[in-house]
Amino acid sequence: MNAITRRAALATAAMGAFTFGFRIPAPGEAAAQSAATPEVNAWVVVKPDDTVIIRIARSEMGQGTLTGLAQMVAEELECDWSKVTTEYPTPGQNLARGRVWGNMSTGGSRGIRESNELVRKGGATARIMLVQAAAQGWGVPVDECSAANSVITHGPSGRRASFGSVALAAGRLTPPAAADVPLKAPSAWKLIGRPLARLDTAPKINGSLIYGMDLKLPGMLNAAIQACPVFGGKVAAVDSAAAERMPGVKRVLRVGDNAVAVVADTWWRAKTALEKVNITWNLGEHANASSAAFAEVMRAGLDAPQAAVGNRNGDAAAAIAAAPRKVEAVYGYPHQNHACMEVMNATAIWTAERCEVWTPTQNGEAAHAATAEAAGLPPARCEVHKLHLGGGFGRRGAVHDWVRQVVDIAKQMPGTPVKLLWTREEDMVQGRYHPVTMAKLTAGLDAQGNITGLHMRISGQSILAGLFPQNIRDGRDPVVFQGLNNAGGEADIGYGFPNLLIDHAMRNPHVPPGFWRGVNLNQNAFYLECFMDELAHAAGKDPLEYRRALMANYPKHRAVLDAVAAKVGWGSPAAPIGGQAVHRGLCVTHGFGSYVAACAEVSVSDAGELKIHRIVAATDCGFAVNPQQIAAQVEGSFVYGLTAALYGECTVKDGRIEQTNFDSYPMMKMDTMPKVETIINASGGFWGGVGEPTIAVAAPAVLNAIFAATGKRIRQLPLRDADLRRA
Amino acid sequence: MAKLNVNGRVVEFAVEDDTPLLWALREHLDLTGTKYGCGIAQCGACTVHVDGVAVRSCSQPVSAFNEGQKIVTIEGLSHNSSHPIQQAWLALDVPQCGFCQSGMIMAAAALLATTPRPTEEQIREEVNNICRCGTYNRVIAGIQRAAGTGTAG
Repeated sequence: MNAITRRAALATAAMGAFTFGFRIPAPGEAAAQSAATPEVNAWVVVKPDDTVIIRIARSEMGQGTLTGLAQMVAEELECDWSKVTTEYPTPGQNLARGRVWGNMSTGGSRGIRESNELVRKGGATARIMLVQAAAQGWGVPVDECSAANSVITHGPSGRRASFGSVALAAGRLTPPAAADVPLKAPSAWKLIGRPLARLDTAPKINGSLIYGMDLKLPGMLNAAIQACPVFGGKVAAVDSAAAERMPGVKRVLRVGDNAVAVVADTWWRAKTALEKVNITWNLGEHANASSAAFAEVMRAGLDAPQAAVGNRNGDAAAAIAAAPRKVEAVYGYPHQNHACMEVMNATAIWTAERCEVWTPTQNGEAAHAATAEAAGLPPARCEVHKLHLGGGFGRRGAVHDWVRQVVDIAKQMPGTPVKLLWTREEDMVQGRYHPVTMAKLTAGLDAQGNITGLHMRISGQSILAGLFPQNIRDGRDPVVFQGLNNAGGEADIGYGFPNLLIDHAMRNPHVPPGFWRGVNLNQNAFYLECFMDELAHAAGKDPLEYRRALMANYPKHRAVLDAVAAKVGWGSPAAPIGGQAVHRGLCVTHGFGSYVAACAEVSVSDAGELKIHRIVAATDCGFAVNPQQIAAQVEGSFVYGLTAALYGECTVKDGRIEQTNFDSYPMMKMDTMPKVETIINASGGFWGGVGEPTIAVAAPAVLNAIFAATGKRIRQLPLRDADLRRA
Repeated sequence: MAKLNVNGRVVEFAVEDDTPLLWALREHLDLTGTKYGCGIAQCGACTVHVDGVAVRSCSQPVSAFNEGQKIVTIEGLSHNSSHPIQQAWLALDVPQCGFCQSGMIMAAAALLATTPRPTEEQIREEVNNICRCGTYNRVIAGIQRAAGTGTAG
């Protein structure tokens, strides 16, 4: 491994200290910035100069979890916040240390809600050890000493010691058992709940943060790749003669059974040469698949006799049959690409002894497992170095297709570091897409317009069937019912219906699904909350009061709905803007452990032009760790959610995705961005997620407002082709 | 060959004429703060200044530029992130994932160079970069803060 050691030295010198908090380890380098200083425990390193390095197991992709988790460790550590920096432990270290950092997966808005106790105990344990080390040094009882602001004080004598001065001794102590580590009561929190500035902003405003795309290792080559555009298709033949004559080209390689890569000195040359490779595809059995054909499959599922039950009480069919009035509507939600700003990429170096990968990933452990499998090496001989993500949104967590590709390439060029970077076009057509579904909602209404029974039949794609089929039991994917479950979970329906049936006829297309920020809550909230609005209208009742009448047993759902209604002034008409009447729409849901509601204010011109003026959104995430970052996530959720509602659709023709870049897959920009007012309605007592739940309320709030403005119901997303001139 | 004036320094390097400026900056000059997002001038992640004007560097060949034109990348925008836009970004915690922010900052700085006190309408029209995390409202507030036109609260 001498070659690698030499490279490590070169790389370290070349890369210097250009990251803030996160230094990128070079090949073969075992540890990160804390390497020179022994740790106090797995979570905390204190340098002699009192710098506190907090280890963060989850991945930062913009959602602020890095800062939030550091706040929680620091809360219990009693350290000086201004001295805090952070680093990622590697998946290889986690494996070697018996998963001391727990689950590294960063998805499902679980960063804080799942690991809050683990990280707070990590901070508290380190504090106990630091205090004990100081007490032993002074020869005084531990209970006469206390820690605050990175200083340990002996009460009776007033002696003081900085964390940095006792950290070495503390790290040699036996840590207390986790059960013996008490945590502060929420009332005693000093850092949790404060709107602290993010720890990772400085390198993001001067171009110095190294994303995966930016990594450069000595001797590194660059790869561009194209996989078969039809999912399931394979490479039949490759004519690479012309490409191999192009400047800078080193190799033209088959990758797996479905892709071809060009490896060159620069990526631009690799990409240019790839366009000259003549690839013959065996398109496989899905070469004629289309969105239109699959829509018919889903439509048949809306009335299929067989369906998996997600939520049921009473006898909805009988109640609907007996009702004097029946309301029915069919909705649909398309495939969508995550479209992370940073396209998929990874760098790998493979030798017969070891394989290392540098990549932005939402799940370091899954990336590590994928690396080992693709490398044909035991996990202990593999390592993954996580880099900050240029967007994740679920694309970079569950599958690591791009990691397998880069390892496959590196394995064909032993000892040479290779960086694989997808084109935007490859990223668009090789995604893991938002599941495509339809829903038929049927309600019985009595003479007063009250709901006697509701049947919601979902038909379409299951994410779990595509990604984790082992979790499907008797054809039932429990995640499909997100936001529609019976009470007591993390994603529950917020209404008490006298008779209810929610079921799912699973129909899976050949397009691979993925967890897409907001996941199944997105379509479920759209279906249910727009239909609730339809029912309120059919009953001739106010959409807020109609909902509230069913929410007696759902006080947290109701509280966020009430909060937005109060702030927006529901009940009194909105002031016109630019001579246009302004109309409102409401929505409430529960997902990822948090309760969220929104009200949209829109106007629609006579020509059918939509303007979204203002959004008021409320979130009850239980404990609010960093309010300004929660507000940032809520604001951002409307960009992601409204982009999906207004424009987001990936269609299939001839087995392949038709949209290839932002010209055919447009994004919301600043000219159409509404103002967003965030209410943090944190009721305490639980830990809810923040990054995802609000996505789901964006579309229904706006669509219900559009109905109020125009009398038109939009039941198929995206909105962009809809004629919004008044009905 | 290309001969460019980048961040105040004239550099000469071997490169094919049709290489986009973006890739010349990233791969030949190691200026990786400028990002690849789409390659077709749609997203603005690759925005740099050429003689003070915001240019999407992914869609202009390096041969279109000469050493008489002053190219500035995010790395050369200021010393110590001292540009008012960068300071406003820091104060308001504008970035989330941060990937689009080099381009966003360069677009915002170019706007202020020509329009020191832009209206909100002008900001929304002129800065049309894509951000998937959804930092738009803080971007607007950041530009207003840098321009001294922000409204309290």
